[in-house]
Amino acid sequence: MLSFEHVAKTYPAGAQALDDICLGVEEAEIVAVIGASGCGKSTLLRIAAGLDRASAGRIRVDGDEIAAPHPAVGIVFQEPRLFAWLTVAQNVGFAIAHLSRGAREARVASALESVGLASHADRWPRQLSGGQAQRVALARSLVARPRALLLDEPFSALDAFTRADLQDQLLALWAAARPTLLLVTHDIEEAIVLADRIVVMRPHPGRIAAILKVDAARPRDRLSPEFEALKREALRVLGLGRRAAA
Amino acid sequence: MSDARLLAGSDTIEAPARRPRAGKLRLSLLGVLLPVGAAILWETAVRSGLAQGRLAPPPSRIAATLSELAANGDLWLHARATLARVAAGFALGVLAGTLLGALSGASRVARALLDPTLQGLRAIPSIAWAPLFILWLGIFETSKIALIAIGVALPIYLGTLGAILAVDRKIIEVGHSFRLGGFALARRILLPAVLPHYVTALRAGLGLGWMFVVAAEFMGASEGLGYLLVDAQQLGKPAQMIAAILIFAVLGKATDALLVAGAAPFLRWQDTAANTQG
Repeated sequence: MLSFEHVAKTYPAGAQALDDICLGVEEAEIVAVIGASGCGKSTLLRIAAGLDRASAGRIRVDGDEIAAPHPAVGIVFQEPRLFAWLTVAQNVGFAIAHLSRGAREARVASALESVGLASHADRWPRQLSGGQAQRVALARSLVARPRALLLDEPFSALDAFTRADLQDQLLALWAAARPTLLLVTHDIEEAIVLADRIVVMRPHPGRIAAILKVDAARPRDRLSPEFEALKREALRVLGLGRRAAA
Repeated sequence: MSDARLLAGSDTIEAPARRPRAGKLRLSLLGVLLPVGAAILWETAVRSGLAQGRLAPPPSRIAATLSELAANGDLWLHARATLARVAAGFALGVLAGTLLGALSGASRVARALLDPTLQGLRAIPSIAWAPLFILWLGIFETSKIALIAIGVALPIYLGTLGAILAVDRKIIEVGHSFRLGGFALARRILLPAVLPHYVTALRAGLGLGWMFVVAAEFMGASEGLGYLLVDAQQLGKPAQMIAAILIFAVLGKATDALLVAGAAPFLRWQDTAANTQG
């Protein structure tokens, strides 16, 4: 559904961020990309979002080359990036302003319902907690019904409890509409909890070091031996074995 | 326009006032204490003969002057003349400042072209233009309005440019990701994001407009509050001076309040106290 074909990115200054990335993401699949900062994972996502251009290669969504933000692809950023001058409901309805008022309101209401913020429709963004704001951002992206949703370290600014909450919520949203999810994270456990496959990247230049499959059924038990084994494997591929043991 | 929905319903604005409303009122009454107390003190001092009050007339004499000016129609005549000049100069200044600021904010080339010159102009105390403007535009209305307009335009130019440059690039990126571009991006994201700073710039511009109208009317006018001041100076009427100053204060404050009230519906999102949810 999403295909990365020999994607490379070299910045004008000469720094090579990505080198020959090839990856196919299936319909309704959840793929997590992990790697140390500087491995180009966010750049990869930005190219897929049409916010950045690849220096070579291409990314396609359903065969359509992505050269600019594509209607079938949504993105959620690390920060909520809500519009401070719009209420929660208006933020969520931002991308569907072209719909009739009735249709828009119905979709906004159901999106807010699905992230558990129906009662906050008339709040202003600055009245929300970090977790609530990120849920609004999630609803704002999903309300446009993208076929693929890109998430750029979406929960990394949240505390552990809120993060776990939002991970569950994301899985519930995914189960309802089954969009393809491509998630960039630096949290190995998050990748294992959410993903069908984990793409491990290494820096200088950014390349795919390994792709790990996660077969366990969801919801996944963070304390199970399989979970531990996967985590160990990921840490090993990342070259973090010794440091993680400390 | 989605902004229209901001206008509907005004029930959430009370959030900050919910807390110590009575206490706040009492505190603002405290602010009246100083001027009113001084006025009463001075009035009694003059009445009891402790002070003469010839150069600094007591409040009762100022009030009498005001009511006299109001009764013979002079008050309205002069206030209207001054208001008209401020309005015309402010309108022109807002237009020029906003256009130039938007241009400089939108294009790096325009900024490189315009900004150094405008910054240079800003370094000139605008009143220094007065003789030149009189030479170019005559002693009547045109030169006065031009002087006010230039005083208003420069801070508004600066405020508009600053506001545009301060817009968070990340918010614009969200617009891009929703495939907004050009006009839609400007209307739905840039405009509302810029508005709070812009209103502040307008208020600064208006304040300078009131400053420059006095300078303009000192240059020679046959009507206007500035003329009232000059006239009082020449005839030695301190009560009329203070009356004119008071009218300036009232009009300046009133027009500023009008501006703030006009912008308030669009800036409601700023007023709510953060984290009212607990």
